[in-house]
Amino acid sequence: MTTPAPTQEVLGQSVPRKEDTRLIQGRGRYLDDIALPGMVYLALVRSPHAHARIRSIRTEAARSIPGVLAVITGEDLAKLGLAWMPTLAGDRQMVLATGKVLYQYQEVAAVVAETREAAQDGAFAVEVDYEPLPPVVDPFKALEADAPILREDRETRSNHIWHWESGDRSAAEEALRKSDVVMREQIRFQRVHPAPLEPCGCIADYDPVTGRLTLYVTSQAPHAYRTLLALVAKIPEHLIRVVSPDIGGGFGNKVAVYPGYVCAVVASILLGRPVKWVETRTENLASTSFARDYHMTVELGASRDGRVQALRVKTVADHGAFDASANPSKWPAGLFNICTGSYDFPAAFVEVDAVYTNKAPGGISYRCSFRVTEASYLIERAMDILAAELKMDPAELRRKNFIPPEKFPYTSALGWTYDSGNYAAALDKALKLIGCEGLRREQAERRSRGELMGIGISSYTEIVGAGPSHLFDIAGIKMFDSCEIRVHPTGKAIARFGTRHQGQGHETTFAQIVAHELGLAVEDVMVEEGDTDTAPYGLGTYASRSTPTAGAAAALCARRIREKARKIAAHLLEAAEEDVVWENRRFQVRGAPERSVSMADVAFAAYTNPPPGLEPGLEAVYYYDPPNLTFPFGTYVCVVDIDKGTGQVNVRRFVGVDDCGNVINPMVVEGQIHGGLTEGFAIAFMQEVAYDRDGNCLSSNFTEYLVPTAVETPRWELDRTVTPSPHHPLGAKGVGESANVGSPAAFVNAVVDALSPLGVRHIDMPITPWKVWRVLREHGITG
Amino acid sequence: MTATELPRPTGRLTVSVTVNGRPYRAEVEARMLLVYFLRDVLRLTGTHVGCDTTSCGACTVLVNGHPVKSCTMFAVQADGAEILTVEGLARDGQLHPLQKAFAEHHGLQCGFCTPGMLMTAYAFLQENPNPTEEEIRRAISGNLCRCTGYLSIVKAIRAAAGQPVAG
Repeated sequence: MTTPAPTQEVLGQSVPRKEDTRLIQGRGRYLDDIALPGMVYLALVRSPHAHARIRSIRTEAARSIPGVLAVITGEDLAKLGLAWMPTLAGDRQMVLATGKVLYQYQEVAAVVAETREAAQDGAFAVEVDYEPLPPVVDPFKALEADAPILREDRETRSNHIWHWESGDRSAAEEALRKSDVVMREQIRFQRVHPAPLEPCGCIADYDPVTGRLTLYVTSQAPHAYRTLLALVAKIPEHLIRVVSPDIGGGFGNKVAVYPGYVCAVVASILLGRPVKWVETRTENLASTSFARDYHMTVELGASRDGRVQALRVKTVADHGAFDASANPSKWPAGLFNICTGSYDFPAAFVEVDAVYTNKAPGGISYRCSFRVTEASYLIERAMDILAAELKMDPAELRRKNFIPPEKFPYTSALGWTYDSGNYAAALDKALKLIGCEGLRREQAERRSRGELMGIGISSYTEIVGAGPSHLFDIAGIKMFDSCEIRVHPTGKAIARFGTRHQGQGHETTFAQIVAHELGLAVEDVMVEEGDTDTAPYGLGTYASRSTPTAGAAAALCARRIREKARKIAAHLLEAAEEDVVWENRRFQVRGAPERSVSMADVAFAAYTNPPPGLEPGLEAVYYYDPPNLTFPFGTYVCVVDIDKGTGQVNVRRFVGVDDCGNVINPMVVEGQIHGGLTEGFAIAFMQEVAYDRDGNCLSSNFTEYLVPTAVETPRWELDRTVTPSPHHPLGAKGVGESANVGSPAAFVNAVVDALSPLGVRHIDMPITPWKVWRVLREHGITG
Repeated sequence: MTATELPRPTGRLTVSVTVNGRPYRAEVEARMLLVYFLRDVLRLTGTHVGCDTTSCGACTVLVNGHPVKSCTMFAVQADGAEILTVEGLARDGQLHPLQKAFAEHHGLQCGFCTPGMLMTAYAFLQENPNPTEEEIRRAISGNLCRCTGYLSIVKAIRAAAGQPVAG
């Protein structure tokens, strides 16, 4: 009994990340770093037109290029039944175009060659004869009766995809009618793109002898890929292994299955060789899943003293050529009906109509739990506009309408049961940190001098951590998640998960959870994710679900091991099982702390000296189906100054107070919030995937789709409050997306506040200097 | 009218370079980019490709001591050069202070921009061993990071320069 058990508390500590050791030395293993013997390369031919009929595709010239091994067209795939594939949203999407193309950069043919360069040469040599058709770029025009029908494969002769609604239509209408004040506004959340720094890619490796297909792929959800591949390509699932190696950022971009993956699988089966496809940045931005693109009309009814009475929202969702969003099947507009936010609305009604246009397909959740970002932006903008109409302080209006702490668990008018929250505490802390009273005095003084200074607040609430499985699924697969732990004889452990991190630090934070529960050192727990041959089944990492689901599975799996370990400890301590207790990260005899054993002692005994009648070994698996989602929240306060000459907005200060319940690793949580705020900043001020009237994508590389550098990025000032989730085993909530969800409204509110003396009440994102300059000139301000 | 066939740029040329202190000599296609020479030929995959338009800096390496975006340079242009990549930063099994500082101050999340960021910071600190925060921010403005918001990267670079930083 001499092995010392690590006694140091590991939960809530800023433990340095285990993954960093390899990543700082260039020893990560990202998709394009993998080279297999005999590997060949695939390049895609893409459409230059947004809408065109394909008259013919000639491949002879491409085939004659030295090194080119195969050219695959949609007709070839049609013979295999693979010209179309299902999307995660219940629609279907062309893998390679047949008949016509529906957006610029759509996949038309695939060329496979011995080298990257030859594949690209081959792609350039494929001759496609197009007959251009009139493109439909505006989603409202797409709904007009005489609009060209884009999707000829559907029975429904309309560009309308689906209608979805939530809440009580007549109650909301009635409450609006009775409200003293009704605020109405059109608010757009522009089309943006997750743009992780590593583009998407795969290597399909089909072994013609064994019939085994290994797919290395940049996937946030490897198990879902395996099952979908089995269902779509009719490959027996046990013969498929999906490996998701190190991922260079995902942000939702790596949830969907892309045509390039299917082409690589087909090519590998045809050629019997490993086929690598890695997209370029242009292919990433112009063809893979975009996010948002919501045109929202909001009506908010309130009493004259500022009590909210009703919310009604009508939204047109532009999905592009195919509905390729990745929402649970019950929720075609995701969790957009969280749009009552942090406020106690007696009545609400939301409806969304989805539309096809000649743009890239998608509608995925970019650093967002299924359309929560659109919802949060909408309500936080609407509250500010209402405050302006009522001539109320926006903080005061929020405070007056917050769901009070004593009302939790709280069921909203749109049906969600919020687990816990204390919204006023976060707001008060943020206002105090930034010194809001002093800033308002300064603002009044500056305004008297004609200067433009604004203060913006956003008190967001999120809904993250899907399941529960009775509500959530991806293509029918329920959204639980899992953990498997094996404790080795020498007291070291490996823990495997159905999630797949992309920079979130699971190798460290999940090791902390397991180490905490088992009394081990963090360095003695190895975390592995991303290999479907070894990991237990799970739905992956997105929508801030990993800690709420797999993190909970880790704790409960470890507790399951501890239950068995207690029996072994009792055997070692020669005590009755009921007399053995877990204290100070060791098993001890109740009331006799000197009689104790460590988990390492127990592990050794599990393999060398198991109690008679007990199954040897020390491992467990746990599938966790959460009873509810978690509802992180917080308040962001932003101060801006606007240059009247150039329209440039300077973010002078930004304070964030987040509440994600109990924190597992404060350093990692802070990093997640820094990153999310930076992406929110980019969306508010810089980014839009824009199209011209012909459907040409105007944002197809990083010189047009801007990513903030270290120079523009504000210095974030952070703090937190802690309101644990009552149903999560560790009291934790998801946090990875909070800042990207909650911050855009804070930036825009600050800009509009700065411009409010001019009578400005709303500006759509991205708020570029040119846009502000134009507003200033329209109001006669010339700098 | 039939199209005139122009010759394809398939000529192969010899390139001799020293990478991380080790000499290499190889025959490559004239159009091969330096980053693919490092990654595909030498199998030094720490240097990454993120954008193809010289915007992101994930491919930054040092060529004769100067930071260069290796996706915008042909391998043959590096003929005779000394190249340093992220794999050459640690010496004799000891991490470079920048590498240690990035790990200690959470200067990376997904790690994809990290090698380029480290190489830019390495060259910058050689030139300016005691920089201000503003100078650091300007120096790394050719390297994009989608995860960190740069705050912790700046902190790590200051720490590596021996400056006191909180946390």
